[in-house]
Formats: sequence, C-alpha cells, structure tokens
Amino acid sequence: MNETAGLVFIVIGIAFDFFGSLGLIRFPDVYNRLHSSIKCVTLGTSSILFGLFLFKGFSATGIKALLCIIFLLLTAPVSAHALARGAHKSGVKLWEKSVCDKYEEDKNQ
Amino acid sequence: MKRLRWFIGLTAIIIIFFAIFSYPIPSLLEWQSLLLKRVFFILFLCACLCLWRILIGPTSSDRAVALDILGILIVGFCAVLGIATGRHWYIDIGIAWALESFIFVLALAKYLEGKRFDE
Repeated sequence: MNETAGLVFIVIGIAFDFFGSLGLIRFPDVYNRLHSSIKCVTLGTSSILFGLFLFKGFSATGIKALLCIIFLLLTAPVSAHALARGAHKSGVKLWEKSVCDKYEEDKNQ
Repeated sequence: MKRLRWFIGLTAIIIIFFAIFSYPIPSLLEWQSLLLKRVFFILFLCACLCLWRILIGPTSSDRAVALDILGILIVGFCAVLGIATGRHWYIDIGIAWALESFIFVLALAKYLEGKRFDE
C-alpha cells in the first residue's frame, strides 16, 4: 500500500519535472523561462522525495528525504530571485510584448 | 504554420512517451520495478532539454538558469536511484548536491551583477 502511494507521488513529480523542462525550452525570455520552470521543478522534485519517504517510512533515509524537501523549498526561491536580479542588472532586455517593468521604474525614481 | 509546428511537437512527445511506457509490455506482477526503470528515461529526457538550453542560450543568464534547473533535477534523480537500487547513501549525495548547487548559483548571480564577491 505504501509502495503504491509512493509510486503515484513519483509519477506526479516526474510529470511536473517534464513540463518544467519543456517550459525552459519553449518560452521566449529569461524571466519567462525562470518563472515557468523553477516552480514546476521544485514541486516535482519535492514530490519525488516525498515518494521516497513513503517508500522508506520513518527510517534514517525517510527523515533525510523530509529534510531535503525543507531545504529545497527554502533555497530554490532565493536562488531564483538572485538570478532574476542579476539578469536584470546585467542588462538583459525583456521580451518585446511584455507589458510593464516595475523594477526599472523603481530604479529611475 | 504555427498549428503545424504544434501538431508535430505534440505527436513527437506522444510517440516518445508511448515508446518508453509500452516496450517491453508490462506484466501485472512486476509493474512496480518496470515503472521505476522507465522513470529514468524521462528524467534523462529532462536533463537533455536543460543541456540543449545551455548549448543554445543567447545570453549567459539563460545558461545560469538552465544550470540551476539541472541541479534541482539531479536531486530527484538521486532519490529515484536510491529507491531503485536499495542503497541508503544516494540521498546523502542528493542533499550535498542541493547545497552545492545553491551556493554555486548565488556566486553566478553575483558574477552576473558585475560586482566582486566580497561586496
């Protein structure tokens, strides 16, 4: 029973990973690519690690998987924010159909 | 023209998934281990997409984004490997890889801003 539930979580996580990587290929801009892929891949990998926890139960491996989930959920938004800020400061242009750029307006004030 | 390109991509994705999940034909008794063997092919496909973005990225920030995504994918790959082989130390490699990837991406973001590392 636990193994079947773990396999269901792993398949859901694999689907999220695949669509995140597909967004990395298909979107037209750095910011769009970051926006589409970092959330999908973080949630998919967390789901795979939760499947590992369901396989192993409350042993050492399962507790390490839960710790790894917490670490990923804390560090992936920080790295994405730093990457977007660095890309904007290094002068990467937005896509030509983008609507607004609030960070540029804040810098000009 | 645009709809033709969408149709070609959708048929390619459906053919790849059908080829991964239908050969050899899964039996009802050992479908769990067969499913775990096929998960590796899809993760390999995701890693190949990330490597393609690193290869053709127009700017250097595109390559940094793809490298971040690849580092998170490898943690999931280590978790699936730990289930499939039964070894308990693959998840340790996953935790260490996540920590190293985080610090590496922060250093790359500092480099993209054009500052030095001690500012």
